[in-house]
Amino acid sequence: MQAFTQHDGLVAPMDRANVDTDLMIPKQFLKSIKRSGFGPNLFDELRYLDEGVPDADNSSRPLNPDFPLNFPRYQNASILLARENFGCGSSREHAAWALADDGFCCVIAPSFADIFRSNAFKNGILPIEFSSEQMDVLFAMMYETEGFRLAVDLVAQVVTLPNGDAWSFEVDAFRRDCLLQGLDDVGITLQSTEAIRAFEEIHARRFPWLFEDLVL
Amino acid sequence: MAQTLYDKLWDAHLVEQRDDGTSLIYIDRHLIHEVTSAQAFEGLSLAGRAPWRKSANLAVPDHNVSTLQTERAGGLAALPDPVSRIQLQTLDDNCETFGIAEIPLSDIRQGIVHVIGPEQGAVLPGMTVVCGDSHTSTHGALGALAHGIGTSEVEHVLATQCLIQKKMKNFKVEVSGRLEAGVSAKDLALAIIGRIGTAGGTGYALEFTGDAVKALTMEGRMTLCNMAIEAGARCGLVAVDEVTLEYARGKPLAPKESQWAAAEAWWRTLRSDDGAHFDRAIEIEGSAVKAQVSWGTSPEMVASVDGHVPRLSEMPDETARQGLKRALDYMGLDEGMPITDIQPDAIFIGSCTNSRIEDLREAAAVLKGRRVSSRIKKALVVPGSGVVKAQAEAEGLDQIFLDAGMEWREPGCSMCLAMNADRLNPGERCASTSNRNFEGRQGSGGRTHLVSPAMAAAAAVMGRFASVDAVGAVSPVTAGGE
Ligand code: SF4
Repeated sequence: MQAFTQHDGLVAPMDRANVDTDLMIPKQFLKSIKRSGFGPNLFDELRYLDEGVPDADNSSRPLNPDFPLNFPRYQNASILLARENFGCGSSREHAAWALADDGFCCVIAPSFADIFRSNAFKNGILPIEFSSEQMDVLFAMMYETEGFRLAVDLVAQVVTLPNGDAWSFEVDAFRRDCLLQGLDDVGITLQSTEAIRAFEEIHARRFPWLFEDLVL
Repeated sequence: MAQTLYDKLWDAHLVEQRDDGTSLIYIDRHLIHEVTSAQAFEGLSLAGRAPWRKSANLAVPDHNVSTLQTERAGGLAALPDPVSRIQLQTLDDNCETFGIAEIPLSDIRQGIVHVIGPEQGAVLPGMTVVCGDSHTSTHGALGALAHGIGTSEVEHVLATQCLIQKKMKNFKVEVSGRLEAGVSAKDLALAIIGRIGTAGGTGYALEFTGDAVKALTMEGRMTLCNMAIEAGARCGLVAVDEVTLEYARGKPLAPKESQWAAAEAWWRTLRSDDGAHFDRAIEIEGSAVKAQVSWGTSPEMVASVDGHVPRLSEMPDETARQGLKRALDYMGLDEGMPITDIQPDAIFIGSCTNSRIEDLREAAAVLKGRRVSSRIKKALVVPGSGVVKAQAEAEGLDQIFLDAGMEWREPGCSMCLAMNADRLNPGERCASTSNRNFEGRQGSGGRTHLVSPAMAAAAAVMGRFASVDAVGAVSPVTAGGE
């Protein structure tokens, strides 16, 4: 996983509440057995005027001119501003893959759905929570200023605005460490192999029926 | 100290607690399907790792399968969609390579992962259960700690038999009294989401208690816990009681006779102690819950069938007004219109929410001896598993659906997420027993109204939403009418 320490990037809006993962990556793309290449299909139904199909060339599809992420001013954005309950619904990690593949490494919103938050961290995307009032300020500044950028510092846990204001944010200590070092969870957990084995032995004695072979 | 059911399940599976506030939780059962597993198996291969404990895993294809008998008769190789075929074949191959038990597409036990898990006894009370699917919350109905995970976590569980978790908070939803006749677990679920909102349960384990919940069958409890995720809660829970024990007994993978007594003794402790602390609690009067219909593009946008679509003037602020406007626009509805004026074009009875035998019985009871309104363009009944299908056929339910003019399909997720050919066309409106009414969920541009099986059946007959009592008493809307 790509480590995340500091990032300075262009900001783009997804200005609606309850953005669900179906909206982020529609189901037809879930047929893929790969984990890359979903970027062009991020927000597919909003982004294009026609219906997307998996494994197709998206470059010649008609873009929806009213969708903000298609506006020239937001091209190459890497930080997404969003509203309440971002990433709700389906557990599909394809949503996080699509965001990352489209160049986003940070989403800032008042709140996130649990499963999406976890998927985001695992794919090098930092979800930052600011209050609704703070979000209103960020959205307003971004709409006002073309080329609006933010500087995100995970080490210091602050976001610095163009006017120099620095807003601090909270982040789970474990997730922060993983992101800072680009560590993958499996490797970390396997350091506890002894503990897992020891637990498993006791567990199997307590609940032997859970350890029968699964014979269909 | 008095503990909640969630606390007890957590403690029994806690491997290690870390200073940073995270914990390692041991996973007893891992359910696998074709859509969220391929990349996890690939990750495992690339890292040269093997599954930690093979027999903890059970796989089944469901999301992306055809539900047409004609397409399934020829087996995997004959499926028409090549992209789907590759994904299904990849699941078979991975199970083969990694030595994981799989119920193949051709097996009568195949079905939606959340239907077949409990049905086979692969999910039992007291277990920790995960699956790369958010509706894993379903299994909490058995008093199991069950929640959905992403694909990275699928790989993590395969490799380590554990999950890195932070303990959730406890949320009690107490439903007192009884549900009225004609009001089902689905209506209760939608009413609860309408009350607490789609983020109301975020960060919580949601325990459903109270007399009205205890009175639910296991199928009803599964419907309720299934929808916990639509309230933002990764897991729903119902305490173990006689209904649970009765359900688990005799399931193919249930504990052997010699182990049953020990299992039962542990399972009987799986309820929240008196005086246990809940971080949040709400009470709902069971008799006050009415049959529900969702009108918008989020499961919290619900009204009772005798109610109306909200008016812009009823919204508390501008954000809410914008949200309502967008939803009405997408759904093609007018503010303030009566729910009973909404006319669906399609009917879908199925999904892990409502495709069990009871759900089919509930729908069939309304449809018996009746015909689907001529304005309905498609009406699918998709049983949750081959076992449910066989049971329904033994009871003659299939004939009731067919006689009414509906299609009787093979098991799978079908039009719940429309990955296969079962889908709405743009603008089509569906009365659906599934769980998500997001934009495009049932097909690009499709419009979903979430309802109970009885309501879907009533809408099928009447050509509009109607209380079940109105079926037969009032004349239906037909293709030529209105
Ligand atoms: S039936 Fe629908 S909600 Fe349930 S597992 Fe399948 S796609 Fe997901």
